[in-house]
Amino acid sequence: MSSTLTPVRPAADTAAPPRRRPWTLSKTAVNGALVLATLYTLLPLGWLLTASAKNTADLIGGRSLGAGNFHLGQNLHDLATTGDGIYFRWYLNSLLYAGIGALLCALICVGAGYAFHVYGFPGKEKLFGVVLLGVLVPTTALALPMYLLASQLHIVNTYWAVLLPSLVNPFGVYLARVFCAGYLPGETLEAARMDGASELRIFWSIGLKMVMPGFVTIFLFQFTAIWNNFFLPLVMLSDNRLFPVSLGLYTWNAQTHAFPEYYPLVVTGSLLAILPLVIAFVLLQRHWKAGMTAGSVK
Amino acid sequence: MSGATSVPGGGTPAAARGGPAGTPAPRRRRAPFGAPVVLLAPFLLLFTACTLIPIGYAVYLSLFSERRSGLGFGGATTQVFTGLGNYARALGDAAFRDGFWNTAQYCLLYIPLMLGLSLAVALLLDSALARAKRFFQLALFLPHAVPGIIAALVWTYLYTPGISPVIDALNSTGAQVDVFGHPLPAIVNIAVWEWTGYNMVIFYAALQAIPREVLEAAVVDGAGPLRTAFSVKIPLIRASVVMVGLFTVIGSLQLFTEPVILHDVAPGVVSTWTPNMYAYSAAFERNDYGLAAASSVILALVAAALSFVVTRFTRGRDEKRAGKRTPKPTEHRTETAR
Repeated sequence: MSSTLTPVRPAADTAAPPRRRPWTLSKTAVNGALVLATLYTLLPLGWLLTASAKNTADLIGGRSLGAGNFHLGQNLHDLATTGDGIYFRWYLNSLLYAGIGALLCALICVGAGYAFHVYGFPGKEKLFGVVLLGVLVPTTALALPMYLLASQLHIVNTYWAVLLPSLVNPFGVYLARVFCAGYLPGETLEAARMDGASELRIFWSIGLKMVMPGFVTIFLFQFTAIWNNFFLPLVMLSDNRLFPVSLGLYTWNAQTHAFPEYYPLVVTGSLLAILPLVIAFVLLQRHWKAGMTAGSVK
Repeated sequence: MSGATSVPGGGTPAAARGGPAGTPAPRRRRAPFGAPVVLLAPFLLLFTACTLIPIGYAVYLSLFSERRSGLGFGGATTQVFTGLGNYARALGDAAFRDGFWNTAQYCLLYIPLMLGLSLAVALLLDSALARAKRFFQLALFLPHAVPGIIAALVWTYLYTPGISPVIDALNSTGAQVDVFGHPLPAIVNIAVWEWTGYNMVIFYAALQAIPREVLEAAVVDGAGPLRTAFSVKIPLIRASVVMVGLFTVIGSLQLFTEPVILHDVAPGVVSTWTPNMYAYSAAFERNDYGLAAASSVILALVAAALSFVVTRFTRGRDEKRAGKRTPKPTEHRTETAR
């Protein structure tokens, strides 16, 4: 960016030639460093991809993959049949927890963020301060007391035990308020009020529509958070038919010492478990970048 | 709390005017009556049920111990008030203190490494020389799409001799690598892999928001790319760095998933290796809920204290810098003009 501007500064404390050299060098250096960083992030995923096509012997023996020992189909078949197809039940559970949880959570967050942005009421900023403090509470420190509370209410080991805590995301409320400030012109709401629309109607058919990009962003991040959550289901669930994928794979991995044939199941199951999120992040790039920007600027 | 908005006032449609945010025009209040309550209630109810009440319940539980009356089996348990007894037991337990020591070592290694790497990569990506920015951003961010448990599993396999092509290649050169003998760097590496790209995207977004004139001014003043990065860009995105640092500290204190996976294979990682693992084993292996609650509360207090220190410390620096920074460009210009 500065190569055209460099001649402007005639004399520097250091001589010109040694300064120019790193400049020309760094084009390869910059992109080379980025390629190295990318290799670091992608190679473990590449290993997962090839490993999921290996059978137990090739996986443990560390043999490389070839056309002769391509067992992805066999692994998928084993995945579908082991434990009466429990893996895909876990998969559906994860979709349920993450899909419904993230949808409701995004709606709740946008509602609250919208209210914080649009209305004035006594103690508003104090209340918002409490919400922001909620961002700092370590969630795993809450999981144990939540488990004990849930066991008093007899909802331990039910879908509710995992779903209800997943609906709370103070950071989502903060993001929603930031998005409302960015996307909602006051005049539009005014016009709707003039037309006699009720406040809730305005939220539902105008506010929510205009902050839809923010809604999708919060949904995406919450979906990821629930899908990736391990501690909460570990604490709350003991019936393996209610497990999400993360917890199911954990219990299978614990068996690999005694039963090495679980290795390919864990590896192939892991690959399938990351596919939905990888696809979502590739397709919805605009939305997660928007979320990170809104979170970073303030 | 927000029910206080129901101040009876002029309810004409025209009264619904006024700025959308913050301005509590008294005439406006009647129109939105109920709407803020309806919109805020779901969140506030769930927040109370899943955050505030558990905090209170944890504090309450931490003050009691369960005593079995009779001879154990089936005997009724009674709760006995023990005051700070559970806290004394937790803090007096060497395993709990070791957990904090492990976490401290982890933080000292992980936080500078991850922050440094993600800042460096963000600065590289922000430079005009970088190509294929969209691809790099996506590829570096992708580990965030991998659940922590799966990241830990994959890396554990990549650490296992026989399964891992990397370890096998290293061993064949004669270097005997025993990753499981050094669990700390092994865990730090998993965390760096999971979080560097994510935080890099935050830093990159903040860097992109820096006004171009500021950077051009720096170039005109004769700052090279390194000087621009360290004296202009990083100070300008300090708010993002502080925020990421804060979340990283809080996240690091909750370390659980990665050491739990390594616990199966690395003898050094005991079942109480972090404070969180200690609380989990107190609750589910020893059924000592008072102790589990007390250790959770201690963990939350440490997190609160550290967040306070991080925000306080950086805010103090902010004010000092803000006073200093304005004269800096001119100061620099006179220097080069000389």
